[in-house]
Amino acid sequence: MEIFGIPIQAFLGQLLLGLVNGSFYAMLSLGLAVIFGLLGIVNFAHGAFYMMGAYVAFVALDVFGLNYWMVLLIAPLLVGIVGVVLERTLLKHLYKIDPIYGLLLTFGLALIAEGMFREFFGVSGQSYPVPDLLQGATNLGFMVLPNYRAWVVFASLSVCLSTWFVIERTRLGSYLRAGTENPQLVQAFGINVPMMVMLTYGAGCGLAALAGVLAAPVIQINPLMGSNLIIVVFAVVVIGGMGSIMGAIITGVALGLIEGLTKVFYPEASNIVVFVIMAIVLLIRPVGLFGKEA
Amino acid sequence: MQTQQTTLTHKNHQQALLGLSICLALLIAAPFIGIYPIFMMKALCYAMFAMAFNLLMGFTGLLSFGHAAFFGAAGYTTGLLIRSFGWSPEMGVLAGTAIASLCGLGVGLIAIRRQGIYFAMVTLAMAQMFYFVFLQAPFTGGEDGLQGVPRGELLGLISLENDLSLYFVVLAVFVAVFMFVIRIVHSPYGQVLKAIRENESRAISLGYNVNQYKLMAFVLSTAIAGLAGSMKTLALGFVTLNDAHWSLSGEVILMTLLGGLGTFTGPALGAFTIIGLQNFLADQVGSWINVIIGVIFVICVVAFRRGFIGELKHWMTLRNKT
Repeated sequence: MEIFGIPIQAFLGQLLLGLVNGSFYAMLSLGLAVIFGLLGIVNFAHGAFYMMGAYVAFVALDVFGLNYWMVLLIAPLLVGIVGVVLERTLLKHLYKIDPIYGLLLTFGLALIAEGMFREFFGVSGQSYPVPDLLQGATNLGFMVLPNYRAWVVFASLSVCLSTWFVIERTRLGSYLRAGTENPQLVQAFGINVPMMVMLTYGAGCGLAALAGVLAAPVIQINPLMGSNLIIVVFAVVVIGGMGSIMGAIITGVALGLIEGLTKVFYPEASNIVVFVIMAIVLLIRPVGLFGKEA
Repeated sequence: MQTQQTTLTHKNHQQALLGLSICLALLIAAPFIGIYPIFMMKALCYAMFAMAFNLLMGFTGLLSFGHAAFFGAAGYTTGLLIRSFGWSPEMGVLAGTAIASLCGLGVGLIAIRRQGIYFAMVTLAMAQMFYFVFLQAPFTGGEDGLQGVPRGELLGLISLENDLSLYFVVLAVFVAVFMFVIRIVHSPYGQVLKAIRENESRAISLGYNVNQYKLMAFVLSTAIAGLAGSMKTLALGFVTLNDAHWSLSGEVILMTLLGGLGTFTGPALGAFTIIGLQNFLADQVGSWINVIIGVIFVICVVAFRRGFIGELKHWMTLRNKT
């Protein structure tokens, strides 16, 4: 069976790969959007935290013999703590000044993290085994579905939707949204805003680390993986507009799929298709697909 | 009071002129007092690059996180034209500058549709697109880049193979760019740019077509960045993907910030510091250099936002007041 002259197996395989990438875009742009909303900082270090998550998984297995499922819990916690410490020591000095300094500071932090991981682990890629439970593939009749990839899509979309639920539908989320609108007023109501800001940053970083752990078995782990990804995620965020959580999720997944399709039909352009779409969106609707008119 | 003010600015003006003359004398003397001319040329090219960035960031308030794309685009153009098509160096450099400003026009038209932090993200993403184009295009030499670009003869008269003669050409271009930036900033056009930096809505309400001014500033800045990239290719004889990588876009921000954002001499000073540091430390610390650059970045942002020249100016105003 063929679609546009391409074997359907290859077509669906690329589409699935696009969906996997799209889930990572969704998780990372979600974290960026939440952090930007509350802290007013565009977190360049987000890619570095994603990279750290993958390395925590690698080291935990290699040195401590901890399995995948434990790392799924440990890595976000560990990286989240790193995030909290950075927020308390460095980022909090920047809330009252131009947000571009936040971008520059986190850029510096990303350089430091990358440089150190390069020194310790070298530039060559490390591979991480697929956990036993998720090895192999399921034959769906029309295609063979690798179990681990299906798990990645399922897990990350569940995490994204739970985050959306927490922010949009719970009391805690209402504090967060209120803090985004007017932190002074929320503080006046007796809510500990600095604490909330700190934990939000930690949670956003943890989310990036979780994406890193999920990605570890399907990619080569290397110190530069984060920065290369974060630039694409920035484009995703510009396309979606940072105002909406659901917007970030949908845009992320959709762009992953489009990238996958481009790999099938015109592989040379697959690296740049997201940037081209960004340029087009900016020309037609500068605030982004889900952004609010300023 | 009025006269006192005038004499004060007059005195400052004289001091600044004196400082600049000393700097120029040092730059002219540098190759004769044992400083490696290749290093000086490299530093001057990055200094021009930082001045280009500063024109945009320091005087217009637009943070471009993708300036390396223009530096690299011009470098590739110059390298290709001189090496494969036998163009003369001056035509190669002019063509590189022209291509960079054309790219700047294209990217600028898209990027100025968003402000502030989004502008930075858009330029970063557009620059990454250029990077992938350079990576895959057949004429850029992929991972190897273009090596062995000949220097040729300036206007068919002066051979540039001699490091010293090329050094003085680079220095002349540098001085021209320096004066050009001062001229732009002090022109009525430059004053409008400053107004946009300080308060964009107000500039709009005063009837200025802000987007047109911003686009013009972007194109000017990318043209100078391109000139710097072309000169660097000519001076060092190669251009690689590093010249278009986002890490270089970050480095030029750091150079400007370290030297002093929105000052005339700061970006050049910052460029000399960073290039000198990289040169000096490369043999001793290996890849730790990236960590060191990152640490300087963090320190600059948290505690040293005025930069060298900015701090100096601040200190002098404080002293003059008392």
